[in-house]
Amino acid sequence: MENKWRVVVGLGSCGVASDGRGVYKALEEGIAQRKLSAEMEETGCLGMCYNEVLVDVIDPQGRRTLYKEVTPEKTDRLLDEHLLEGKPITEWIARAEGVVTDDDAFLKDQKRIVLRNCGLISPESIEEYQARDGYQALKRVLKEMTPAQVISEVLDSGLRGRGGAGFPTGLKWRLAAQSDTKPKYFICNADEGDPGAFMDRSVLEGDPHSVIEGMLIGAYAIGAGVGYIYVRAEYPLAVARLKIAIKQAKDQGILGQNILGSNFSFDLKIKEGAGAFVCGEETALIASIEGKRGMPRLRPPFPAVSGLWGKPTNINNVETLANIPWIILNGAGAFASLGTEKSKGSKVFALAGKIKRGGLVEVPMGLSLREIIFDIGGGIKEDREFKAVQLGGPSGGCIPAYLLDTPIDYEAITATGAIMGSGGMVVMDETTCMVDIARFFLNFTQAESCGKCTFCRLGTKRMLEILERICQGEGRIEDLKLLEELSESVKTTSLCGLGQTAPNPVLTTLRYFREEYEAHIIEKRCPARSCRPLLTFTVIEELCTGCGLCAKVCPVEAAKGKKKEPYSIDQTLCTKCGQCLAKCKFEAIRVE
Amino acid sequence: MPDKEQALETVLTEYQKEKGSLIPVLQQAQAIQGYLSKPVMSRIAERLGIYESDVYGVATFYTQFRFTPLGKNIVKVCHGTACHVNGAEGISDSLCRHLKVKEGETTEDGKFTTERVACLGCCSLAPVVMINEETYGRLTSDKVKKILDRY
Repeated sequence: MENKWRVVVGLGSCGVASDGRGVYKALEEGIAQRKLSAEMEETGCLGMCYNEVLVDVIDPQGRRTLYKEVTPEKTDRLLDEHLLEGKPITEWIARAEGVVTDDDAFLKDQKRIVLRNCGLISPESIEEYQARDGYQALKRVLKEMTPAQVISEVLDSGLRGRGGAGFPTGLKWRLAAQSDTKPKYFICNADEGDPGAFMDRSVLEGDPHSVIEGMLIGAYAIGAGVGYIYVRAEYPLAVARLKIAIKQAKDQGILGQNILGSNFSFDLKIKEGAGAFVCGEETALIASIEGKRGMPRLRPPFPAVSGLWGKPTNINNVETLANIPWIILNGAGAFASLGTEKSKGSKVFALAGKIKRGGLVEVPMGLSLREIIFDIGGGIKEDREFKAVQLGGPSGGCIPAYLLDTPIDYEAITATGAIMGSGGMVVMDETTCMVDIARFFLNFTQAESCGKCTFCRLGTKRMLEILERICQGEGRIEDLKLLEELSESVKTTSLCGLGQTAPNPVLTTLRYFREEYEAHIIEKRCPARSCRPLLTFTVIEELCTGCGLCAKVCPVEAAKGKKKEPYSIDQTLCTKCGQCLAKCKFEAIRVE
Repeated sequence: MPDKEQALETVLTEYQKEKGSLIPVLQQAQAIQGYLSKPVMSRIAERLGIYESDVYGVATFYTQFRFTPLGKNIVKVCHGTACHVNGAEGISDSLCRHLKVKEGETTEDGKFTTERVACLGCCSLAPVVMINEETYGRLTSDKVKKILDRY
């Protein structure tokens, strides 16, 4: 590898979706054409999804230049100027030594523990993982620590479950270790179903070995011999890379019998989920692995006592497990020194929605929402007004602007009515209707309810009907009270987290954005201009040039007129699809 | 289609003895055939020694399983939170209008099946559509039409 250029293309799902493979091919061909002495490599997601496709150019002296928004068309200039002439192209740089860019702010406040290798190593190379201390923690655990010591270390670190509920990981392990029935199972929950969260996918695609290592350490700690990774079927790339990683680990004696010469053995299998949000709940996940309908059951007995096939089972989320090797290598103290009193370490957030710099960020706990959204994420697209940030997906809630200084901490977030959840953070601006958002989440939970509890099955359905009526402009003022009553009932009478938290999006929007509900009901108006049945599209005659584009795109021939004269929209035909508004170059379409 | 028969036979033989193998068997049967037909469901029940009603109970619980033939290409429109906020409804509308189908249906020529999915995990590129295994991000109604024309 010495004295060669290295060209690394980011091929996580976001990179691939931005035509990363096309960029890779163009670079490969360009290098061959120019007979350059350069190696092509691929890596996972660096988290800067808003800049995809990212290409890292590492010169023979090891200096890194990260290029953003690379397209196949840009590759010729990149190879000519940087690799042939040795002149980096400053205006395309996202990050490089000695170059100041707007993107520096995105990485400046981050503390990357879970994402320590994402975007830096090839996910399909165990050697690259090992070159960055990979499997060192496992070696230390097997050679120098007893299972009880491992559990104490994790307990002292203060690590809490990153799947969303925040249960102390060390405590969970201790409970599982205390059961003396054999066999024991260790499961990784990679059924990331929260719309708006994608950190688990990025870790699995970008650094699969860190999850496997975390599982091995956990399995050793609780005395488990068999493990499963339960992955969403929607993540084919993650499954493919996990399979490669498992095979590599087996070949090196890191998985299988007598691992690294110890008397600890662990066998790991992948189980592909079949598409059910509720399977993220641990008892439902277990039922699904057993080949049944994924329905939660009463706890106790907890899985630590009676889980898969009635045997003691421990389940941790992907992000939780990726923390483990770092904690073992750096010590519980190093982890616990980050964060707040009750929330230690760092947390990965998936920034999306109306935000300038969307992607994955990992920050120390205790940072405020404002710092994440405005300092790291760069604020709102098109500099519109911030309205709310949605945390915790369908189980979470919308936090308004005046609470932006809330610190990232399990208890502080819960106090707002949202939850920490798995870390999806969807930013909304003035064009997002909060009633519609509540309807959107209810639509999701209603469809994903497993149907076991009556209130969850029917209550969410009735709530959804009410919200749909309000969005249609047929709401009644007493609906709001009814929504609150139903919310309470669904919360208190549901067995699992899905039902217990399903009303949260409704309750938080009612609490913080009640005036939007009232506008829909009393004035039959949608302040965000998003609920179509409440909108009217008309042509502003003074601004219309009669170009006819609106008539061309109108799917129902409601926009009519003669060329060069003002057009008009026939309200009896208009389906309010908004195509004319999107297409008009003269801002001549009025929406109210 | 004897080779499909054979492939299914191999799967059934492989999993027959394994505990909790119903879901992987259904997944592979669907991969072989494109969907789960009545005769296949009966065969799975018989070979795994499970009541047919239980096989249906499991298969209908999970969104992955379908009981009607698929089009040649599957178009999954993401309706996750970020996509919803960034205009996924409009993408769905124009896609369905362009293909002259309703969401979840297959086009008359059998070329496309449209599906609505909860989240593809590419939220920072919203709105997103996945065609077969390829993901397309930062879409507009026009872009969707152009992409469909490639298939």
